[in-house]
Amino acid sequence: MPSVRDPMPSFELFQPTSVAAAHEVLARHGQDAWILAGGMDSFDWLKDRIKRPKVVVDLSGVEGLRGVREGADGIEIGAMTTLTEVATNRSIRERYGLLAQAAGLVASPQIRNQGTLGGNVSQDARCWYYRAGWPCYRAAGNICYADTPVGRNREHAILHADRCVAVNPSDTAPALIALDAKFVIRTSKGERVVDAEDYFIGPDIDITRLHILRPGDLLTSIRIPSTWAGSQFYFEKVRDRNVWDFPLLNVASAMAVSGNTIDRIRLSVNAAAARPLRLKAVEAAVRGKARTVETGEMAGALAVRGAVPLQFNAYKIPLMRNLVKRAIAGVEEVKWAY
Amino acid sequence: MGLLARSLLEWAPDPWGKVVPIHIAWFLIWVAAIGGLCFLVFHATYVRYFAKPRVFAPGASPEEAQRLPQRIPRHSLVARLYHWIMAASMLTLLITAFLPKVGPQFDWVTWHWIAGSVLTASVIFHVVHASVWLDFRAIWPDKIDLQDAWRRALRALGRPGKPPRKFAKYPLENKLYHLAITVTGLSAIVTGFFMLHRVRTIFFTRNPYLFSDMTWGLMYVLHGLAGIGLIGLVIIHIYFAVRPEKLPITKSMISGSMSREFFLEDHDPRRWVVGSSSPNATKEA
Repeated sequence: MPSVRDPMPSFELFQPTSVAAAHEVLARHGQDAWILAGGMDSFDWLKDRIKRPKVVVDLSGVEGLRGVREGADGIEIGAMTTLTEVATNRSIRERYGLLAQAAGLVASPQIRNQGTLGGNVSQDARCWYYRAGWPCYRAAGNICYADTPVGRNREHAILHADRCVAVNPSDTAPALIALDAKFVIRTSKGERVVDAEDYFIGPDIDITRLHILRPGDLLTSIRIPSTWAGSQFYFEKVRDRNVWDFPLLNVASAMAVSGNTIDRIRLSVNAAAARPLRLKAVEAAVRGKARTVETGEMAGALAVRGAVPLQFNAYKIPLMRNLVKRAIAGVEEVKWAY
Repeated sequence: MGLLARSLLEWAPDPWGKVVPIHIAWFLIWVAAIGGLCFLVFHATYVRYFAKPRVFAPGASPEEAQRLPQRIPRHSLVARLYHWIMAASMLTLLITAFLPKVGPQFDWVTWHWIAGSVLTASVIFHVVHASVWLDFRAIWPDKIDLQDAWRRALRALGRPGKPPRKFAKYPLENKLYHLAITVTGLSAIVTGFFMLHRVRTIFFTRNPYLFSDMTWGLMYVLHGLAGIGLIGLVIIHIYFAVRPEKLPITKSMISGSMSREFFLEDHDPRRWVVGSSSPNATKEA
């Protein structure tokens, strides 16, 4: 159980300066290696002595993983680019404002200065039973302490729970899904590029991970195609403390509108399940419809179909319904419904 | 905690700091699989190179044999349907339980509890069906089986003795296998029934606090041990099902009957009375 903070357990530290060297170390040490990006998630685990890797691979010296590169068909953002850089980069702000907005709402300025885009999408669940070191499903045990009549589950999942009810806490993940981003992963078999929504996995597939990275794999960059550049974007994050908190729920949408008709749309929510959810049924339902309050209400109702609340998180159902409604119809148009 | 228990089981502290077992160590999957494969290699080698020709005490007279039908009914349609439903659910259970532990990741829990429910329902049906409509005792080892097993053992060792009699409906190996699968299967079913309380199903409201952490842990361990036992047993079962000399039995699980020649070669019509409803003889299934 977490009681001892400072000093961390000892480990062997590697500080590679190239992607190839970083990948070589990761491949060599496999399950024993821990990837350290900005450290915002890692140091909790290490200082609480719950995760005890033998090897830590610090990526801060790998220049090839940093920066925003513009190409003919979009941009490529290095996985080690800080959230502040993502939020303030001129090109991202002008063409992919959705991502800039999401990155700018992560935690606090200090954390955004240190935290990275790759780390934000790859961070672990924040369920306190899991973070406290209990032997729950996510920790390879056989129980969920949160999904019980008295469990503290106000922040937990309302959709797609499967034994574990923890949620993915990333703010940038739904924005990247809405922008149809591609994640570039260096594996032992070479480079692998996956759609943003396929980067994340739920407990039904693997209850101990939130993403597809396996030991030895390295997320190197995120590519955003120009398909949705300059579209109408909407991002909203609801949290307990507006200056610094994980999302209770967030929503991201990218929309192409002709007149008042929705031509194309990509819509995603996070903190509702163990993976950010792309709402394909909602997208299909609103495509070709007028961007009105009625369409928003229909979309909101459809989005929460199948939701199963726990003891203390039923509020998330109307919250998600309203966020989706606002993502479709806009803040000015809609009123909150309970 | 003994070294053996630490090696074979996974342990973790419960919220009160007490270290409890949480499940078996997953390397036991490989132990069971390799153990099953070793058995079949050993058995195939023994039969091919070392086994003595089978010799039985005289069975049916030519007159008795003449009275038998050309095809001997062995398994009724209901019994065959039960067998294949059970086989499908058992294979689904093993695949969904262990494949995600050793390789491909997929949504296994829902398939697992549905297959477990089908298996449970079919086993309940089988117990009732076998008790009421079949000869319940036909599958359990009896005194003659043990006497004949001893005679066969002596002959295998080159010692003189009476030849064993031909089999009743089921050879002793069949009966022992059934006993083993009954024990492991029921262990998996009973523990699985309670484990359904830990996941969301259509049957119960979730209640992970039904038992203490220690009891739950032991239940997971027993479920796991039964599971790996079933890996070995299923490997052995499939192996025997495809062995050339056993194929007529396997085919009878599809067609429902076997030839008179095969029947007379292996079975004693006085111990397996075809068409008889005598309690001392196996009812025709």
